[in-house]
Amino acid sequence: MMFSKYLFFILSFIAIYAALKVLISKSPMHSVLYLTLAFFAIAGHYILLNAQFLAVVHIIVYAGAIMVLFIYTVMLLNLNIQGEFPKTKLVNIASIIAGGLLMLTLIAVFKSYDMEVLTNPNYNQIGLVKTLGKVLFKDYFLPFELSSVLFLAAMVGAVMLGKKDIY
Amino acid sequence: MDGNYIIYKFVLASVILLISLVVAMYATLLERKIAGFFQDRLGPNRAGIYGIFQPLADGLKLFFKEEFMPGSADKFLYILGPSLTMMIALLTSAVIPWGDSLIFNGVEYSLQVADINVGVLYVFAILSIGVYGIMIGGWASNNKYALIGAVRAASQMISYELAMSMAIIAIVMMSGTLSLSEIVNQQHGFNWNIWYQPLGFVLFIVCAFAECNRAPFDLPECETELIGGYHTEYSSMKLGFYLFAEYINMFISSAMIATLYFGGYNFPFMDDLGLSHNALTIIGFFVFFLKISFFGFVFMWVRWTLPRFRYDQLMRLGWKNLLPLALVNVIITGFFIMLKHHS
Repeated sequence: MMFSKYLFFILSFIAIYAALKVLISKSPMHSVLYLTLAFFAIAGHYILLNAQFLAVVHIIVYAGAIMVLFIYTVMLLNLNIQGEFPKTKLVNIASIIAGGLLMLTLIAVFKSYDMEVLTNPNYNQIGLVKTLGKVLFKDYFLPFELSSVLFLAAMVGAVMLGKKDIY
Repeated sequence: MDGNYIIYKFVLASVILLISLVVAMYATLLERKIAGFFQDRLGPNRAGIYGIFQPLADGLKLFFKEEFMPGSADKFLYILGPSLTMMIALLTSAVIPWGDSLIFNGVEYSLQVADINVGVLYVFAILSIGVYGIMIGGWASNNKYALIGAVRAASQMISYELAMSMAIIAIVMMSGTLSLSEIVNQQHGFNWNIWYQPLGFVLFIVCAFAECNRAPFDLPECETELIGGYHTEYSSMKLGFYLFAEYINMFISSAMIATLYFGGYNFPFMDDLGLSHNALTIIGFFVFFLKISFFGFVFMWVRWTLPRFRYDQLMRLGWKNLLPLALVNVIITGFFIMLKHHS
């Protein structure tokens, strides 16, 4: 369908533009907001793939929770003063090395990864709640529950750190 | 996807948008009238009979007021703030089933713009991004009162979202579906969810007050401490958008309460009337609006009755009372569902 093709290009353009702006923007607040925009564009891609559940959960978790906390932190710490992080030679060299290592890892990953198709690609109901729930609670029940325990542990840890008179 | 279908959806969306705006407009008048009644005075009565043209006059006044933008404000974000608030406030109306379907010439036209199968989650998503407009506006004003208001709004919304989501999850467990039209259909006649989820309803309505920044939870714009809160630096129609969005949020929240707990467009004895499908739909639509109006009134009733919370009280209520109660509600619901399945 032509319409979804155009949508795909528009969304991709927005996603890439926003992702670039995250890096380029001088103000941390703008970076955070562009990142939110990128997340919304990616959620749009999920909807194009008929994965409505994934799209909505993506918005709830990333845009609704994580990015709000980011903005909150930026607001509270008042990170908006420009030039607070001076770029010395050491910082530049360190970032070049770190970025290069990341690229190497990515290349290695993509080289060894053969595009294996796990499910029938013509089956377009894969992203719906019913399908996902069945897979999650039948085939991947133990990993799913274990990851929720992990979250619980992280939450307990945060509460412990937040407590004042703990000792 | 033929042309007819697109036109019908477009018309439906426009009508719902228009209704939301008009209802929000007259909610401002109603709010002032009710405040007047509660405080033993008349309320606005100069523009037209019973002040019926007051919202129009207010709107015109806001449009013609001088625009002021603080010199140190972030220009783009300063304008984006109120626009986002308004847009997000209107988004939820797309998934609410405003009525059953109308049948013309054998073709069924549903009175719901988008019957997506993750309707409830969509509402969660809109709730969770609802805070952006206030945060962006409050931060971009570059004013400490606005910033404090924005920070308060953010933490308040995050805190109450949890309990609210938990309250809705109990409903989802009961109905076994995430689609709002399906949830309403299951409450056919007088089989409303309120009879099964009284605790969930109380939790939901308290959290709805907090999410709309309404008294007694209107800490983000608390006049005595923060001048105007997040909209301190706003003037003209930008301020109007913030205030207006609050009334739209109220309208949508009332609609959500009616949808989730009070049967949406269903009403008792609807099958005994012997009316045609279309007539029932039209009556159902008006019944739904009656329910919405009642909850809108409750919103105003509470605002003019209860004093404002202190901020620590608000946080304590959200995290230490409402959230555990919501969890207990989920557990009890699960228990009853298990009993039902095994008996």
